Amino acid sequence: MNNKFIRGAVGFAAVSAITLSGGMAFAKDAISIAVPSFLTGGAAGPFGIPAMNGAKMVADAINAGKLPAPYNTKGFGGASATIIPLDEGGGATKQVAEYRNLVEKRNVDAIVGYISSGNCQALAPVAEELKQFTIFATCGTPRIFEEAARKYVFRTMGHATADNVAAAMYVKEKYPNLKGYTGINQNYAWGQDSWRDFDLTLKQIMPGSSPSDKTQFPKIFAGQYGSEISAMSLDKAELIHTSFWGGDLEAFIFQGNARGLFKKKIGVFTVGGTAAYRLGKKLPNGLVLGARGPYGILVRDRDSALNQWFVSTYKNLYGTYPSGPAYQYGQAILATKIAYDKAGSDASNEQLADALRGITFESFSTTVAMNLGNGHQAATENGYGITEYDSENGENVVKDVKFYPASCVLPPEGQNSVDWIKGGMKGAKC
Amino acid sequence: MLGGSVVEAALTILLDGLQFSSYLFIVSAGLTIIFGVMKILNVAHGSFYAWGAYTAAFFIGKFSDMGLPDALGFLIIVAAAIVVGIILGFIIEQGILKYMYERDEVLIVLATFGLFLVLEDIILIAFGTDPYFAYQPMALLDAVELGGITRDVYGLTLIGVAAIVAVGCWWLLNKTKWGTLLKAVIFDREMGISMGINVPLVYTLTFIGGAILGGLGGAYIAPTISVSPGLGTEVIVLSFAVVVVGGMGSIAGAAIGSLIIGILRAIAVHELPQVELFVVFAVMAIVLVFRPEGLFAPAKPRKI
Repeated sequence: MNNKFIRGAVGFAAVSAITLSGGMAFAKDAISIAVPSFLTGGAAGPFGIPAMNGAKMVADAINAGKLPAPYNTKGFGGASATIIPLDEGGGATKQVAEYRNLVEKRNVDAIVGYISSGNCQALAPVAEELKQFTIFATCGTPRIFEEAARKYVFRTMGHATADNVAAAMYVKEKYPNLKGYTGINQNYAWGQDSWRDFDLTLKQIMPGSSPSDKTQFPKIFAGQYGSEISAMSLDKAELIHTSFWGGDLEAFIFQGNARGLFKKKIGVFTVGGTAAYRLGKKLPNGLVLGARGPYGILVRDRDSALNQWFVSTYKNLYGTYPSGPAYQYGQAILATKIAYDKAGSDASNEQLADALRGITFESFSTTVAMNLGNGHQAATENGYGITEYDSENGENVVKDVKFYPASCVLPPEGQNSVDWIKGGMKGAKC
Repeated sequence: MLGGSVVEAALTILLDGLQFSSYLFIVSAGLTIIFGVMKILNVAHGSFYAWGAYTAAFFIGKFSDMGLPDALGFLIIVAAAIVVGIILGFIIEQGILKYMYERDEVLIVLATFGLFLVLEDIILIAFGTDPYFAYQPMALLDAVELGGITRDVYGLTLIGVAAIVAVGCWWLLNKTKWGTLLKAVIFDREMGISMGINVPLVYTLTFIGGAILGGLGGAYIAPTISVSPGLGTEVIVLSFAVVVVGGMGSIAGAAIGSLIIGILRAIAVHELPQVELFVVFAVMAIVLVFRPEGLFAPAKPRKI
């Protein structure tokens, strides 16, 4: 073997080593952020795609230094971020394998995303094991920070308990004479937890009303709800709670609408916000609509500079108003910037986690306080409104929007959601 | 008064059951026909359903945007099923399956599974990830009061469509020369060949026919749902359960299997919703315990 080749090889190895080590002592001028979201399957259209759009839009603006103050500095701790989009589909086992791949082979700097509670639940322990700075953007199950203390994992939006406690509070305010309620929720963790929290809260705050003994739990992605709609039509309960999302949500609205279900019953849709812009006139008037927090249609008119920037930039780029998932992913990317700005672009996973833990920051539509789950779980306000078709502008709007502060709809630090609700929601400040 | 409400509840359960049975029958009839004639468990059947749904939804939406009358939607549904069935059925049978008939049945199942995955991805490329809505035909038919509740007429017409498909299949099999040939091939393929039946042609036409039925299921359901990626998957599982209960390859079996599962499921939803998910598979398990071949498994010739 000639010397030239050996020298070349050594040189190449040395350069690679420096590149791979991430430049150790130097501040980096580029970082990579993996952003998993549903790019295929039924959740892609209503969730995954807007989420990815929101993440990209915010990351691009941060790279260019174009976010409104106080986030108008260029980059993530000065470094420009490359977004690596990933498909969240395929189930938790596949996602765990992909996650390990991202950390161990592709050496990404941060992982920001995830919509499915099942995926988050499976990935939280893996992230801890690999000591990888990770922000969950949208997934809802409260268990992630209630079941174990986390060091590297964060969630920058409120969890499902807030959605359902707020829904119950809104129902109490709007329909004080409610006698009975029922629900249709998908038969897995998300649907069951959502119904449980809604039901438990109403039992506490509206003892005069009672749940139906025939609440519906169809299979996820069932798509056909004819029998369930009949059963709920015959049920005496005046109100229907649902945490349906994606294609199931839209199919249920179409089929229920065709049978006048929402004219006879009050519909409470905890994730209905994603359908508001998509269904147009097909969305019934008078639904109680949530967006899993202060996002999407509920906050379109908030006039902070950050929110106005978010709404108008999104509308310009993608031709539609941003729905909840776009906000939630944008918020998670913003949190990533804040962590990098504080810890520096060459920060270790530990330093990034320290930088984000327990802070409070202004996001696009709301104030996010990372004050639950030892500073790893965000608390935000949560709200609901009533749908109405604005025929003048040809779009859906929400009226009577009411927000409840985080301290009203989320358990205090250290308490488990179910115990907190069952114990009469002690310490809630509404 | 109590008597009245019991009758009303029973009527509602019956209609719900029939409606769901009809959906099950339409999607499983094609699967069972293909299995009966060709002995292929066609996992790609879910793709025919998905393609039927997408094609119908796409054109119903387009026609509506162009201001054409919504009633054309029904024509589009039938046309979508036929076009999808002929194109996909022909390409898959002639392009792939034809070369696999001599192979092991497991390999053919794997091939159709591979096809299913490929066709799902082509849907993503062709139609994108955004769902399609095609509610116009359902909105056109309005609603009626039946059994004390409101029902959409479109859903009820599904029962009629299933009846037409069932009677059509029965007539084709039992009253036409073509049906006699088909039955001969089902009973004994080799004997059929030796008697001069053009079996390759029978296979091609059967596969196209099954594909049209799969496409019809998707096209007819499209107006009631959000047509979104992955909708074919659910259908395979359900139609497979129906076909196993009824006996693989039997049209009558698919009809009876659909009725049993549909009505039991409706009873469960109304009376004991907790067990709804379990009913379909409980029926399948019980039938398999007592009749491992299904309720109406076609007779098999004894071969020496």
